[in-house]
Amino acid sequence: MVSLNLLSGTMLRLLLKRCLHGLLVLWVVATLTFLLLRIAPGGPFDSERKLPPEVIANLEAKYHLDEPVWQQYLRYMGGVVQGDLGPSYKYLDRGVTDIIAETLPTSIVLGGLAMLFAVLVAFPTGLFAAYFRNSFIDRCCMAIAALGISLPNFVLGALLIWAVALQLGWLQIGRWDDWSSVILPMITLGAAPTAFLASLLRSTLIETMSEDFVRTARAKGLKESMVIIKHALLHSLIPVLTVIGPLAAALLTGSFVVEYVFAIPGMGRFFITAVTDRDYPLIMGVTLVYTALLVCANLIVDLLYSLVDPRIRVE
Amino acid sequence: MDSPRKPFDLVIALSALFVGLVFVAASLAPWIAPYALGGMEEKQMLQTPSVSHWLGTDGLGRDLLTRVLYGARVSLAVGLGTALISLLLGTSYGLVAGFKGGNWDHLMMRIVDIFYGLPDMLIFILLSLLFGRNIGGLLVALGLVSWVRFARIARGQVLQTKELLFVESARALGASRGRILLRHIMPNIVGPVIVTLTFSIPSAILAESTLSFIGIGINDPYSSWGTSWGTLAQDGYRAMRSYPHMIASPAAAIFLTILSFNTLGNGLRDVLDPKQK
Repeated sequence: MVSLNLLSGTMLRLLLKRCLHGLLVLWVVATLTFLLLRIAPGGPFDSERKLPPEVIANLEAKYHLDEPVWQQYLRYMGGVVQGDLGPSYKYLDRGVTDIIAETLPTSIVLGGLAMLFAVLVAFPTGLFAAYFRNSFIDRCCMAIAALGISLPNFVLGALLIWAVALQLGWLQIGRWDDWSSVILPMITLGAAPTAFLASLLRSTLIETMSEDFVRTARAKGLKESMVIIKHALLHSLIPVLTVIGPLAAALLTGSFVVEYVFAIPGMGRFFITAVTDRDYPLIMGVTLVYTALLVCANLIVDLLYSLVDPRIRVE
Repeated sequence: MDSPRKPFDLVIALSALFVGLVFVAASLAPWIAPYALGGMEEKQMLQTPSVSHWLGTDGLGRDLLTRVLYGARVSLAVGLGTALISLLLGTSYGLVAGFKGGNWDHLMMRIVDIFYGLPDMLIFILLSLLFGRNIGGLLVALGLVSWVRFARIARGQVLQTKELLFVESARALGASRGRILLRHIMPNIVGPVIVTLTFSIPSAILAESTLSFIGIGINDPYSSWGTSWGTLAQDGYRAMRSYPHMIASPAAAIFLTILSFNTLGNGLRDVLDPKQK
């Protein structure tokens, strides 16, 4: 039985430990990225036109680039703790925090919808395919999933734009203002996770169905739907949960590409531009936000774990 | 077991054939390509597929079949190079971690966990800032990310094999550590490692073409090596409204190559490593 004694002592301790681990990961990533960007060749002020040395000196003084590296590091980390990710080299009127605050919600909406799409499509499909395993429909589903896993999201995005927007004229592209502009990007971003989740769920379900406890449940005379939903499906959720973390990572990085393809004003698009511009503070800020999001996703997964699998709660 | 038999082995055969074609295209591009690389014809701009240009031409009048054939070199070099780097790095790391065991293993695997949790694409992009946007830099960046998969597999296999009786008897007979590792443990991890290798090639190809598509991949437009399929797809994407043929061929090349390698990987896994389904 799933009981909700999440806030027991062991759970709290586990939660605290995970949080500390997450903070450690964040700090490691921040430090490594900081160092990496300091030793990366080429500077933000390299341009076609050679700037006079005085101008460069002034710019460096403005952004504190003339200080020793450890001082820059402390200054930056101090800012991060207070939620200040520094100035952008490229967008002179806005700080990195402002840019992220403006673009992050867009990316989160896109990523969240894609995840929702993946779960809503993959669960029924996987369940259905497992139940009617080796049937024609099962093979079709799995063949489509195999194709979906190999289809790069920029290829799928381009294909959808060409077919749905340009040939059929059903949807418009290049906009991000109402629900209809979300559909194609959501499908593009969610397709690979859907395919992956569906085939994973199918294979774990098939494995679970031959376990002893499922046979026992059947022998007790439970209805088949109860056997599947209550016993088999719940048990199969554990391997599915293990991949949610990597899947969240895949969605994050997929969003770079999808936002590029569909010209969506999200954080991923800004990140790509920042890389081309060598806008180091913006690169650094976005990296930190991505890592923080991932750490949170993994934390949630850990909590869900203990909800699904009572053995973890006891440990 | 209960999984369906792979629908038809025809699919695997076709995949092997396609992978073979990609290899042929990559190694023989200068001889089989119908036009010279970089050859432009002003009067032949943006042609749709025809007898003289099977896949059409691009905005500068370059033959697309030629460009796609040469592009196979970039994709294959990146795929194989990355696989090799991560194979050497990851397998030896995993072997050491699994063989040493205890605290060493724990520490080494924590490092792997941190790498494993981060989005690959983010690390590639950050590392490419450091190593530059050339094929060598990209190989290093991709290799530094994908080694973790090999490390995990190799370590897991070592931990399993190390406890087996024949290893114990070898130890009892006084075999040295190196001998045990090379003669007794290595042969047992080869299967899963080969499977991982087969899967790491398409993921490197995917990563490279994606980076090139969003314009932060290899930046060498006049390379004698050819242009990445990702860059070709980006060119095509920009012209898609009026000239959809330009994106069709590079996109199909990328998709089919990744699909074929993945299918081959699945086939190999069934043969070499049936436990890992």
